[in-house]
Amino acid sequence: MKEPLNQMKLELESRSVNEGFARAAIAAFAAQLDPNVEELTDLKTAVSEAVTNCIVHAYPEQRGKIYIWAGVYAQGLVRVRVRDKGCGIANIAQARQPLFSTQGEERAGLGFAVMESFMDRIRVRSTVSKGTTITLEKRVKGRVGAEQK
Amino acid sequence: MPVRFHYHDAALTAALSGEIDHHSAGRLRECTDEAIAKLRPRLLRLDFQDVSFMDSSAVGYVMGRYRAISAYGATLEVVNLSAAALRMMRLSGLQSLAKLESKPGQEEQNERGQAS
Repeated sequence: MKEPLNQMKLELESRSVNEGFARAAIAAFAAQLDPNVEELTDLKTAVSEAVTNCIVHAYPEQRGKIYIWAGVYAQGLVRVRVRDKGCGIANIAQARQPLFSTQGEERAGLGFAVMESFMDRIRVRSTVSKGTTITLEKRVKGRVGAEQK
Repeated sequence: MPVRFHYHDAALTAALSGEIDHHSAGRLRECTDEAIAKLRPRLLRLDFQDVSFMDSSAVGYVMGRYRAISAYGATLEVVNLSAAALRMMRLSGLQSLAKLESKPGQEEQNERGQAS
């Protein structure tokens, strides 16, 4: 893969109050691609899901670190990586099933389904008791692109 | 408070506001369940008009309230959903349990959920 045109890194504690910070930070970074409102909502939603997964699932008992990296590439491609050093996912296929949740009735079990639906591509890599890395990709047409279309 | 309640004619409207995520959903759930327990409405209407952002935690919140009120036979309406919010609600199959209505002016037309 080519080098990104621009990139950033963030390290957060797995506190739920940081969910809003993480998606706002990614939205602010992606603003250089001039995304339209829908694209920005899609990106913020997917990041919110990925970070919430770290807080709820990766570190269910203890506090841990969440590592976020984002890069922008040519033709409006934005890539976001959300990584934790938590418990890992034993069965990724099952975790990605819509409505599957290990966390009871108040969780919809839609985290991965929403990421898949709102992004162009998602990759999940996980090792039990080592951690999980989620990579999200979206090509942003932006306000200009949408007008030209 | 991220929610204001109006009760009229056995219908309880919860006007939600701000960002709904895993962080804020807990408090929202407590407030709503308290109002449901006190008023036992026949209809619960969750109004998303002033919700500026939501992720799937909001879908979990809606599903949880559906369980709470359907247990005693009341019905649920979810109104003024953004296009993205409606997409998320549909991923969960909520359209077969509750009436989902989008914001006026959104490209998605209002639709009534059909019981399956």
